[in-house]
Amino acid sequence: MKSIYLDNGSTTPLRKEVLKSALPFFSKIYGNPSSFHSTGLIAKKEMQKSREKIAKILNCDPNEIIFTGSGTESINLAIKGIAFRELLKGKRGHFITQKTEHDAVLETFKWLEKLGFSVSYINVNENGIVNLEELKNAIRKDTLLVSIMYANNEIGTIQPLKEIAEICHKAKTIFHTDACQGAEYLDIDTKKLGVDLLTINGSKIYSFKGSGLLFKKKEINIEPLIHGGHQEKNLRSGTENLAAIVALAKALEIAQKEKRIESKRLIKLREYMISQIEKKIKKVKINGDIKSRLPNNVNVSFYGVEGESILLRLNEYGIRASTGSACSSLNLEPSHVLLATGIGHELAHGSIRFTLGKYTTKKEIDFTIKKLENIIPFLRKLSSAWDQKEEIK
Amino acid sequence: MKLEGNDWFYSKEVKKHFIKPFKFLKNELEVEKFDGYGKVGNMKCGDMMELWIKVKNEKIKDVRWRTFGCASAIASTSMLAKMLTEKGGMELTKALTLSGKDIMDRLGGLPAIKIHCSVLGDEALRAAIKNYLDKKDTVKK
Repeated sequence: MKSIYLDNGSTTPLRKEVLKSALPFFSKIYGNPSSFHSTGLIAKKEMQKSREKIAKILNCDPNEIIFTGSGTESINLAIKGIAFRELLKGKRGHFITQKTEHDAVLETFKWLEKLGFSVSYINVNENGIVNLEELKNAIRKDTLLVSIMYANNEIGTIQPLKEIAEICHKAKTIFHTDACQGAEYLDIDTKKLGVDLLTINGSKIYSFKGSGLLFKKKEINIEPLIHGGHQEKNLRSGTENLAAIVALAKALEIAQKEKRIESKRLIKLREYMISQIEKKIKKVKINGDIKSRLPNNVNVSFYGVEGESILLRLNEYGIRASTGSACSSLNLEPSHVLLATGIGHELAHGSIRFTLGKYTTKKEIDFTIKKLENIIPFLRKLSSAWDQKEEIK
Repeated sequence: MKLEGNDWFYSKEVKKHFIKPFKFLKNELEVEKFDGYGKVGNMKCGDMMELWIKVKNEKIKDVRWRTFGCASAIASTSMLAKMLTEKGGMELTKALTLSGKDIMDRLGGLPAIKIHCSVLGDEALRAAIKNYLDKKDTVKK
């Protein structure tokens, strides 16, 4: 059975062009960029080329890019890098984030709280947009950094980065954004956005898993997490993964080139899918912001049914999606993102996320809708949380 | 429903019961035929079960159920229905001793994190039996 992959927010397949660009770097150009001989220097040159390509896209200096092993690592480096800098001076300080961040951010902050740092978790509105007033008021004299994501991985809500950056800079604090979900479709010009630190990874943009980068403005000092051979300006030791770096540059280049047309195509497809779900299935709720939303994100809650059941029934037809239900999480708590938007436990348990991608077609969406039209009423019939009288209405 | 050889999170038996649930309540009006009812779980943790039992000669003759929950919750209620009604129906005394582990074993095991789902099944059963016995007592009095 052919699978219909609507889980591109979890990870994307590798693009053929990206794979092709990386292939020579496994066995042909294999040198260590730190070596002094020609084999090493060739590798170093190639790495520099990729760094420059990315710098052009991010509108920054090539030296402001630190290659890492994942988005999670970049986030950890940005946040802990600042915290450790303070710790070395025997100091602590204050951080600000919001409640709907990815666990990579939230868990890092929770751990820093154990070390004596304080963290404010800002609320979002019912569409998942951060409360700017609350953010303004939360900034203190000792606030070291504000971390607010570009676009949410579950509900696709895009945050007003420019406004957040302005607030941060007025208060002379540093602004980091996790742009892992946004890099494929949104503007990642760091000067325009006004960010000081920015995280991107490869696995969401049709490039390698286990690859990522952190943009860090020159003026900002951080401590490394990984110590060793002084690579990446001593901020990320370990021999560089050149194939992944080349692939990341290639993926970002293609994304930038195709961004406008592909976003337009996906927005159309997304709107079509949402309207079909609303038309064909009763009692649904679309989660997230309708306008300020990633082009590829559809997040919907179905009253009276549980998400994992929907997911696994879709899976039987080859349709791959994800859910905010507790049943598919490791901590038996439903999505913290959906709960933060205030939709309550039932709807959080009944949520399904479809994240469309480069290879998604209208035909696949139609097939998915057709299956949902069977699955949802069937599960509702089984459900003790569904008012069976609804069927007669 | 079409079954394909995809990789699957749970055991084969869970899949069987999840895809083709056994003896769930198809029609609201059926409820009147049953003489014991139990409901356990809550929306907050995401699992809720209802069970109706029909008792004859101290044996469970028939059951119906409804479950809001994940695949393992649905499958474990379905399996419970099968266990209660197979071989001419389970005796009430035996039904009262049925444990979550009994259901889980018949399902070929569940991932550790999912065990609470099947535990709910035996709780629903005990609640239904209690409801049946309470009703019987009221009639006697």
